Amino acid sequence: MKNLSIRKGMVPIIAVVAGFLLGAIIMLIFGYNPIWGYEDLLSQAFGNSKSIGEIFRSMGPLILTGLSFAVAMRAGMINIGMSGQALAGWISSVWFALSFPDMPRVFMIPLVIIIGAAWGAIMAAIPGILKAFWGTSEVIVTIMMNYIILLISTYLVHYGFNQKLMASKDSTIQVGANATFRNSFLTSITNNSRLNIGIFIAIIAIIIVAIIFKRTTLGFEIRAVGLNPNASESSGISSKRTIIISMLMAGGLAGLGGVVEGLGTFQNFFVQYSSLSIGFDGMAVALLGENSPIGILLAAFLFSILKVGAPGMNVTGIPAEIVNVVIASIIFFVGIKFVIEKILPQLPKKVAKKEGEN
Amino acid sequence: MTAQNVIEMRKVTKIFGEFVANDQIDLQVRKGEIHALLGENGAGKSTLMNMLSGLLEPTSGEILVNGETKKIDSPSKASKLGIGMVHQHFMLVDAFTVTENIILGNETVHGGKLDIKKAEKEILELSQKYGLEVKPDALVRDINVGQQQRVEILKTLYRGANILIFDEPTAVLTPAEILELLDIMRNLVKEGKSIILITHKLEEIRAVADRVTVIRRGKSIETVEVEGRSSKELAEMMVGHSVSFVTEKKAANPGKVVLDIKDLVVHESRGAQAVKSLSLQVHAGEIVGIAGIDGNGQSELVRAITGLQHVESGQVNVKGQNVANYRPRQITEMSVAHIPEDRHRDGLILAMSVAENISLQTYYKAPLSHHGFLNYKAINRHARELMIEFDVRGASELVPASALSGGNQQKAVIAREIDRNPDLLIVSQPTRGLDVGAIEYIHKRLIQARDEGKAVLVVSYELDEILNVSDRIAVIHDGQIQGIVRPKDTTKQELGVLMVGGKG
Repeated sequence: MKNLSIRKGMVPIIAVVAGFLLGAIIMLIFGYNPIWGYEDLLSQAFGNSKSIGEIFRSMGPLILTGLSFAVAMRAGMINIGMSGQALAGWISSVWFALSFPDMPRVFMIPLVIIIGAAWGAIMAAIPGILKAFWGTSEVIVTIMMNYIILLISTYLVHYGFNQKLMASKDSTIQVGANATFRNSFLTSITNNSRLNIGIFIAIIAIIIVAIIFKRTTLGFEIRAVGLNPNASESSGISSKRTIIISMLMAGGLAGLGGVVEGLGTFQNFFVQYSSLSIGFDGMAVALLGENSPIGILLAAFLFSILKVGAPGMNVTGIPAEIVNVVIASIIFFVGIKFVIEKILPQLPKKVAKKEGEN
Repeated sequence: MTAQNVIEMRKVTKIFGEFVANDQIDLQVRKGEIHALLGENGAGKSTLMNMLSGLLEPTSGEILVNGETKKIDSPSKASKLGIGMVHQHFMLVDAFTVTENIILGNETVHGGKLDIKKAEKEILELSQKYGLEVKPDALVRDINVGQQQRVEILKTLYRGANILIFDEPTAVLTPAEILELLDIMRNLVKEGKSIILITHKLEEIRAVADRVTVIRRGKSIETVEVEGRSSKELAEMMVGHSVSFVTEKKAANPGKVVLDIKDLVVHESRGAQAVKSLSLQVHAGEIVGIAGIDGNGQSELVRAITGLQHVESGQVNVKGQNVANYRPRQITEMSVAHIPEDRHRDGLILAMSVAENISLQTYYKAPLSHHGFLNYKAINRHARELMIEFDVRGASELVPASALSGGNQQKAVIAREIDRNPDLLIVSQPTRGLDVGAIEYIHKRLIQARDEGKAVLVVSYELDEILNVSDRIAVIHDGQIQGIVRPKDTTKQELGVLMVGGKG
C-alpha cells in the first residue's frame, strides 16, 4: 500500500518536470536559451520581497478555487463554474463594503466573507439542485452560469450601483480601510506588494476542508456518494442532499476566492470582459494537486511562482507566453498521467489484484 | 498423441506482483469434449482462461493449440487460432440488432457498404446447424437473457471458433434456459467443437462434462472423468475438505407478522408496472423465499420495500407501520436490513476501505462518530471485530473493499447488515457467483438470524438456494405472487411451472 501512495505522489512531480522540459525544448526551437529563461523566471519570482509577496498574494484565490473544484469533484461533480461563483463573491462583497463605509472592521471582515461565500454558494447551488433532482449535466450548467453571472455583473455596474459608489463608468471606487484585506504590516514587509490576509484565509480553508474529508460524517458522505451513488443510496445516504451540500461548499470556496481577489488584490470592482482566470487556473491547481488539500497548496505555490516570474523572462527577450506554454505542458502531462503511471516501473498492484480475482 | 489435444497448457504460471494467480497449471482439452474447470472463487480459473483468450500473457509455461506452441498475445490472435470466449457478462450493444452484434468487428463490406443480408443468411445457417434459435433482426435489448447468450455463442462461431470457453454461463439463466443451453453445448460438441466450461455448479458438470480439472488456490489439483462422480465428491475436490449441501435447520417457529405488504404497485424505470398489486406477509422467525425468473418484479419489490424506489400505491407495513415511500434511512432505522442484489453496484463502495464499508449504515451514530466527527479508531476496531465474527478473510480492515474476493465482499455486507440486529432482513441474491464454502456459510447465517426471531425475506434466482433456506416459498411471476408453497411439499418441477405463470 505504502509503495502505491509514493508512486501516486510521483506523478505530479514527473508531470511538472516533463512540463519544464517541454517548455525548454520550445524555447530552444525558438532560439532562446532555456537555462537563462528559467533563471530569469526564478530571479524575477524570488528576486525581491515584493515579488515574493505577490507569489503569496496570488496563492490565496488559487487555493480557494482549487479547493472548490476538489470538493465538488469528491462528490463526483465537475464544477466548471468557479469563475462565475468567484465573480458573484467579488461583486457582492465589494458592493457590501462600499455600501457600509462606516462599519467597524471587526464586523466588516467576517460579514464580507460570509456574504461573498454565500453568493458563490447560491450560484453553485443552482447547478447542484438541477443535477440532483433532474440529472442535468452540471458541466453545461456551470459553464453557462459563468456567462450569466459575468453579464449580470456588468449590468449591475452600469445600471445597478449607486452613482456615489462609482469612480468611472466601468469601475467602482476603492473600498475603505474598514474592508480592505491588505494590512500595513504585510504591505511593508513585502515592499508594497498586494499581499493580503487572503493567503491566511486560504490556509484556514485548506485545514477545514482537510478536516471535513478526513474526520467528519459529512466528508464521509460526500466521498461515498462521489465513489458510488448507488451503494450510498442503498445505505441511506441521500445522494441528492449530498450533491447539493458539496456544491454549496464548492461555491462558497470559489466565492471566497472572489472576495480575496476583490478586497485583497484589486480593492474595487470593475467590469470584466471575460470569465475570471482564477476559476480556470483553480481547475489546473486541483488537477495538479490531485484534489488533495496539501497537493493544492503546493500546486498553487508553483502556479504563482510561474505567474509572478513570467515577466522576468522578457529580460532576455523570451516572450512571457512561453510561461503559459510551460503551464499548459504541465497540465498536459498531469492530464495524461495514466501514461506516466504506465511508464513508471512495475504496474500498480491494484490492477494485479483485480485481475487475480476469480 | 498430443494431436488429439486441441489445447494443452503446460506448467502455465501467472504472477501479479507477488501474488501467484496460477502456479504451474497443466490442462489438456481433447477434441470434441466438454471439459469443465472447477474451482472456488479466486482459485485462478478466470486468470487461466484470460491467458487462453489472449487477455493476459503467462509469466512462464507454454500453451499448445492443436499440438503447436503458440504465443497468444491478443484476443484477435486467440480468435485466429479458433478460440472464442462466451463471457459471463455479455458484451453486447443493446441498441443493435442480433446480426449487427454478431458481425461487429468482423463485418463483410462491399464497396464500403455493409452486407447485412449476407451476414443474416450466414447467421441463420449457423443457428440452424447448432440449434441456436435467434431472430437476426431483433434488437438485443428486446430479447431475453437466454437469447442474448445465444447471440454471444453465435458471435464466437461466426468468427470460426472451434474451441469455446463458457465462463459461468448459467449464472443468469432460468432452469428451463439452463436445460436448453446444456443441449446446445451437446450439439456443439457433436459438430466437432470443443468446450471449456468454467462453473461452480456441480450438477451442470455432471450433466454435460466429460472430464473435469479441479483448480485450487492457483494449482491444478487433478483431472478426472466426470462419469460416476457424485456432486459431493466433486465439491470436496474443489474446496479440499468435506462439505454439506443441505444446511441443517430446525423447524421454523413463526411469530407475529413483521412485514405485511398489501396491494403493492411499483413501476419500473420506464414507467410500466413491474409489481402489480402484490401482497405478502413475512413473520418473525421465518424465512420466506421469493422464487422467480429474473425480471418478474423482484428487484422493484425489494427496492420499494427498502425505500429505493417509488411506491405507486399499496402499503408496506413494517411492524404495523406503513413505510411506503419513506426515505431509505428512515426504513433502516426501523430495524430493517438490506443485502442488495448487486454487491458491487449497491452493496459496497469498492474504493473505500473494508472498515468504512462495514460502517456504511452506522457511521453517523455513536460510538463510530460523535457530533458529526468520525472516530476512526472505533470504526476500524468495530470492523476488525465483525471481520473475525463473520469470517471475512482479507489482509486487513484498511484495504479497499475491491481487494477482497467476491465471497469475502459479500460476507462484509452481511456482517454490516446483520450486526445491526434488525427485525427484518431483506436479502437479494445473497450468494450470486459465490463458491460452495461461502454459500454454506451465508445460508447458515441467514438461518441463524431466523432462529434469533428475525423475519427474513430472500429473493433468489437459484431454486436450490430457495429450497434450502426457505420455510415458505412465494413464487413471483409478472409482478404477482403466483403461489405460496412449502419446500417440503413441492418439487422443482412444480416451482418451475409456477415461475412461468402456470398453476401449481
